Amino acid sequence: MASLHTHTLTQIRNLLASGEVTAQEATRDCLERIQTTEPHLHAVLFRNDEQALEQAQAMDKQGPNPQQKLWGVPILLKDILATQGMPTTCASKILQNFTPCYDAHLVTRLKEQGAIILGKNNLDEFAMGSSTENSAQGSTRNPWNLDHVPGGSSGGSASSVAACQAFASIGTDTGGSIRQPASFCGIVGLKPTYGRVSRFGLIAYGSSLDQAGPLTRTVEDAAIILSVIAGHDPRDSTSVNTPVPDYVAGLSAMKDLSGVRIGMPREYWGKGLAPEVAEACTRAMDTARQQGAEIVPVSLPHTSYAIATYYIIAMAEASSNLARFDGVRYGFRDKDAQDLLEMYTKSRSQGFGDEVKRRIMLGTYVLSAGYYDAYYKKAAQVRRIIREDFLKALQSCDVLGGPACPTTAFGLGQNTDDPLQMYLTDIFTTSLNLTGLPGLSLPVGVGRDSGLPVGLQLFGAGFQEERLLAIAHVLEQAMDPLPRPQGIEDVLK
Amino acid sequence: MGITIDEVNKIALLARLDMTEEQAASCATQMDTILAYMDTLNELDTSSVEPMYSPVDHVSVFRDDNVVQTTSREAILGNAPEEDGRYFIVPKIV
Repeated sequence: MASLHTHTLTQIRNLLASGEVTAQEATRDCLERIQTTEPHLHAVLFRNDEQALEQAQAMDKQGPNPQQKLWGVPILLKDILATQGMPTTCASKILQNFTPCYDAHLVTRLKEQGAIILGKNNLDEFAMGSSTENSAQGSTRNPWNLDHVPGGSSGGSASSVAACQAFASIGTDTGGSIRQPASFCGIVGLKPTYGRVSRFGLIAYGSSLDQAGPLTRTVEDAAIILSVIAGHDPRDSTSVNTPVPDYVAGLSAMKDLSGVRIGMPREYWGKGLAPEVAEACTRAMDTARQQGAEIVPVSLPHTSYAIATYYIIAMAEASSNLARFDGVRYGFRDKDAQDLLEMYTKSRSQGFGDEVKRRIMLGTYVLSAGYYDAYYKKAAQVRRIIREDFLKALQSCDVLGGPACPTTAFGLGQNTDDPLQMYLTDIFTTSLNLTGLPGLSLPVGVGRDSGLPVGLQLFGAGFQEERLLAIAHVLEQAMDPLPRPQGIEDVLK
Repeated sequence: MGITIDEVNKIALLARLDMTEEQAASCATQMDTILAYMDTLNELDTSSVEPMYSPVDHVSVFRDDNVVQTTSREAILGNAPEEDGRYFIVPKIV
């Protein structure tokens, strides 16, 4: 059977379950797709071909297992999730030879449900970046136009899923790192509520912000993956012990949007928004209205403070989390150092890339004596104010909607010389990580000027992913689907 | 405010990072720009706001103090740059 990889996760799962397609056929088809597209995309850092095929073969011998939600489904993982026996590098020189001796909790869940792990996706080093240009292994390309970035930091994951290298990937979102690349690559990206998915085995960047979630080609596919990875894990003390609803059943329960109130935050729809993004997102809101939704104006008055707040907190937490990389127990070590301090310093200086060092420096500064109150404590206070804005707006609405990003995917190298300018591109995504609330980026069209995808971001109340997914699903069904990314197909001809 | 090269060097020492003079100068300029942007938070009066350090309310998590074998010494030492089969080896301290 040809071109299995173009199916959605839901479709391939049904074909696998009914025995029409074998796990080996699905796996081989994706591996061949990776083989042909990788020279142009560079979205995958490690390929697990041999083990994946062995696993698929063993599964085919047993036959489909209806108890497993992802039986035989090939997927990829962002290379910041610990995988036993498979390298986990965080796209950093400092972890280039690291192979964990355990699986992240969510990886265990995926394996238990029969998923086949094809390999690990490229990312910005330690998830620090918005373009996947900060990878020590080189940049990933956007399959819509190979001269543009795929977004970041889960840019490898988004590029892979958009280019049909796998049926889903798991990314992580600290300040928008699932939703922004999903928007840039024209796929669905879901950041669950903080605490919904265990962070055990997710190599920490900003511990109070990081959350793993799915990148998929449809909303239903995202619902399936979330139903597998969500749930309590006693090994993560921030993992919340609340029941996991049936997200897939929740989709079919909602037929249209009558009775649904969608808030339009004023601050997300004004100045600085590219006209083509405003146009596509407005069209999507009009579709929501036609589906019966009531669109109401709301305000998130402290939006302009979100980026400064986010970066202070993220950098402070990063400087503390990345202190563990000292060349003693794992990772790169400078062999010439004469004493311990020199060994730490030389190993870290050679092992970390520029952006990681910049964030460690700023994080160390804002936490240092004399500046803690002025920066870190201040940011933690503003964080509460920002959260209260959201809670207030959500009192009168089911979800809020706005663009995921102010522009479509920017060109490679366009923002690399100006770190502050790069940080400012995260304006619509960072607030949500500060609050812990869930958010989803849905592809709603192609920009008329750039020809690149536009994502609408929907965000809702804590642990209400079921409603968020159901609303996004109705909207997805009511709109024209995006064409397939042409950039990668053109070079394959 | 203006970050000096000396301050950059002091922070680099705390962060266990090495910098050439040229890198320190460029770092000072970038930190200056970024911190100036962050100073916009001072426009807000937060004197009566309780800081929020995490989206979840942390509660102390207790479990029984049972010894559980989660991995082997060999597997953990397997990633070390230098080890002797029992311990991590680092440059001589004294």
